[in-house]
Amino acid sequence: MAISRRSLLGAAALSLSVVVGSPLTASAQETIKVGILHSLSGTMAISETTLKDAMLMLIEEQNKKGGLLGKKLEPVVVDPASNWPLFAEKARELISQKKVAAVFGAWTSVSRKSVLPVFKELNSVLFYPVQYEGEESERNVFYTGAAPNQQAIPAVDYLMSKDGGSVKRWVLAGTDYVYPRTTNKILAAYLKAKGVKDEDIMINYTPFGHSDWQTIVSDIKKFGSAGKKTAVVSTINGDANVPFYKELANKGISATDIPVIAFSVGEEELAGIDTSNLVGHLAAWNYFQSVENDANTAFIKKWKAFTKSPKRVSNDPMEAHYIGFNMWVKAVEKAGTTDPDKVIDAIIGVEVPNLTGGTSKMLPNHHITKPVLIGEILETGQFDVVWKTKGLVAGDAWSDFLPGSKDLIGDWAGKKCGNFNTKTSKCGAS
Amino acid sequence: MRFASRYIAGIFSFAIAAFALGGVSLADQSRLNNATALFAAGSYADTIAAIDEIGVSGVDHAPAILNALSKRRVYLNKTTKFTVYRQGSVYHDFLTSKQLDGKPEGAKSVRVNNRVRSAIKAALGTLELRAKDPATRISAATEVFNRKDVAVLSALEKLIASETVPAVKKMFLDTRAALVLAKGDAAKSDKLAAIAVMKARAKQDAMVALEVAATDTDPEVADAATTAMKSIENWLAVAANFQNIWYGLSLGSVLLLAAIGLAITFGVMGVINMAHGEMVMLGAYTTFVVQELFRAYAPGAFDLSLLIAIPLAFAVAGLVGIAIERGIIRFLYGRPLETLLATWGVSLVLQQAVRTIFGPTNREVGAPSYMSGGFEFLGLAITYNRLWIIIFALVVFASLLLILRYTSLGLQMRAVTQNRRMAASMGIRTGYVDAMTFGLGSGVAGIAGVALSQIDNVSPNLGQSYIVDSFMVVVFGGVGSLWGTLVSAMTLGVVNKFLEPWAGAVLAKILILILLILFIQNRPRGMFALKGRAIEA
Repeated sequence: MAISRRSLLGAAALSLSVVVGSPLTASAQETIKVGILHSLSGTMAISETTLKDAMLMLIEEQNKKGGLLGKKLEPVVVDPASNWPLFAEKARELISQKKVAAVFGAWTSVSRKSVLPVFKELNSVLFYPVQYEGEESERNVFYTGAAPNQQAIPAVDYLMSKDGGSVKRWVLAGTDYVYPRTTNKILAAYLKAKGVKDEDIMINYTPFGHSDWQTIVSDIKKFGSAGKKTAVVSTINGDANVPFYKELANKGISATDIPVIAFSVGEEELAGIDTSNLVGHLAAWNYFQSVENDANTAFIKKWKAFTKSPKRVSNDPMEAHYIGFNMWVKAVEKAGTTDPDKVIDAIIGVEVPNLTGGTSKMLPNHHITKPVLIGEILETGQFDVVWKTKGLVAGDAWSDFLPGSKDLIGDWAGKKCGNFNTKTSKCGAS
Repeated sequence: MRFASRYIAGIFSFAIAAFALGGVSLADQSRLNNATALFAAGSYADTIAAIDEIGVSGVDHAPAILNALSKRRVYLNKTTKFTVYRQGSVYHDFLTSKQLDGKPEGAKSVRVNNRVRSAIKAALGTLELRAKDPATRISAATEVFNRKDVAVLSALEKLIASETVPAVKKMFLDTRAALVLAKGDAAKSDKLAAIAVMKARAKQDAMVALEVAATDTDPEVADAATTAMKSIENWLAVAANFQNIWYGLSLGSVLLLAAIGLAITFGVMGVINMAHGEMVMLGAYTTFVVQELFRAYAPGAFDLSLLIAIPLAFAVAGLVGIAIERGIIRFLYGRPLETLLATWGVSLVLQQAVRTIFGPTNREVGAPSYMSGGFEFLGLAITYNRLWIIIFALVVFASLLLILRYTSLGLQMRAVTQNRRMAASMGIRTGYVDAMTFGLGSGVAGIAGVALSQIDNVSPNLGQSYIVDSFMVVVFGGVGSLWGTLVSAMTLGVVNKFLEPWAGAVLAKILILILLILFIQNRPRGMFALKGRAIEA
């Protein structure tokens, strides 16, 4: 273990020195360091490596524009290796040893929870770019991914609508960990509030990396053949998706029979699947690569040039980093310093353009406003946007559909509190 | 389905008109022109209205248009309203079905979503009841069955009379029965006959069809329907058990494939090889590379790619295995802890190497045509990929058994594992045999990778997800026994699949582990323990 960690550090240092090389000569020590905390090895490398590249590109872009506050930005990359305790260690290293001004990183909720105490203790800022289960609003964290009301709830609304097929029966299938469990709890409460009966909701959990879907898919098929329109809401994570979709296709379940709407399947994940049988299945995100507007076209062009690969795809968490990074830049410019306390105050209300043709705004609860898009899988592995919310949806940290959290709000502007109870007017009471 | 009934009437009148004129009549032309205008309007509701028009038009190429539309292969130039559709790589004129030289300038594909696709399916369901291909007729009838499209009933009656293919005729009769029940105004005797037909169908969809009849005002009909539902329910419960056994065997064969290489390296040689999963991964990546080459140079022979990949995967994984054995493991014989750590290190190196070369994301391994889809057999839903994997696992098992039993290498292997010093003094090069044995085990793992690439992700983490299961299988079966590995894999698979429906996938896995621990506590050497001095050596 010791050997592998040391060699990993060595590799990270090596890659750093290459990046650092040029700014050092220009203005020695006059750099602002930006921490990038994404797994480059282990199970999560599949998703997180891309985000590291995206951050490097954004930083390079900013430096071309003249840096920030007259200084160059310097990326500091570490590899937490998909190991949750290591995330906390690496976060500590970034903040106290490398003295970074802000950290962009983490993917799974458990890694976010693991670094949280470190960011609180050392008072730094973390930008978290992935859709998550909500029920959190921390002073030191900015959530640029979707909260459940920015992804799950609109997705269900779409399926209930006429265009979505007027779905009456629901399968909530997920991987067994905190994000699917919380999301499904919220969704089940929401569906029941909409008049869906208990017997029309089937909830199913599978272990990480589940590969034998025969029983579950035939259960879904049986559940769906009861005469009512059925849909699957999938919070199945990462690698388990490929065998799941393969089994669906082999059992002859097409999107017109039982559509599957996924919250964790994006362009990046589809790259590993033969999509010809998946045409018509859905995904809900705040961004798709296929969205047509100038900002997105320019972004994709730069991305392909930066990675030197015309096949690289862009995805939703990348856009979240794009928004988060630009918000941080704006806030630092507004505050005139990278001091975390000043930035945390300055960033609320900051508006930056997103890649779907609008502007996103940082809210007092440290979530942002975003549009919600529903895309259908095309044969090319891209998504066709079939539905879009009329305006932007404000991220809601505390779900209105869970009994414990419906009275809570996060407000770091006025109340200076992440879980303010509007009924008792107390902070921290739930 | 408002439009469905409307154009059903239309289809027959216009179809007759179209056939009489021997081509596209003026009336049809105007229908198709309406459709073009609706496509140009652009909303999904307009597109659905256009499908309605196309269905009513009754032109011969209506099914072709609708099939093309569901694949987004209808293209429209919004300014000139010139519309084409594509079949394969050939473009046809929308109005006349004449072949065109290429895609016209400025034409964009008409967008569809699931709602539109459902409308297309419904329209095709009625249009394609007369299709030439029997399989298309069956799927069209299935569509009508599922939708309970009662407007088709009279048309269906006529088709039943002229239908000659037995399978299609049966499906037509089933569909008619379902429609009779759904319509609800038939005579009592017709209803009872329909219930009998549904009872004989004995499938989940028949249950749905019977539900209406179960609430019929006539008590005799209602009773018959309820009894029929009961009998179907009983049959489905029995079938579910068979289904579970099948799923269990299929899961078992996957476990067997993953574990059988380990049964050699760990079972026969006693090396705790944590890099075993990575051999499986190498096999899967070999398949990927072979398929890429086929895609690039011989796309027509893609179905052969797996056959070519099998020996190559064996060679790649086997050679890597030999290199590991010669380079690392042979210095560590008799030191299990060090072997474990060293091979674990090797597994990390291999994973990261693959990640560097192929990237961290999943790689797409396609399924050849004979491994896609599935069929139904006595109520069992059987998918081809699972069926092939079961066969493949058994073939691999049998060949391995034969190699160990009847080849000189197998003989030497058994000799070396049973008594190394004695074997050496008989003139067997034990070092060479070790390397070959390890290479064989690794190569078999590579072959397993070819099969697993068909059902799982091809990613650098592929191996990790199988290593624990593989050890489980080998230990449960009895270290050193190939038969034990077979029985243990199948047992674990079947037990898992019987636990899964009522305990859930997560709990089932936990229960299996608990059962296994209890079993191993009682019988530390597994089900088929080797007797004698072999294991002491």
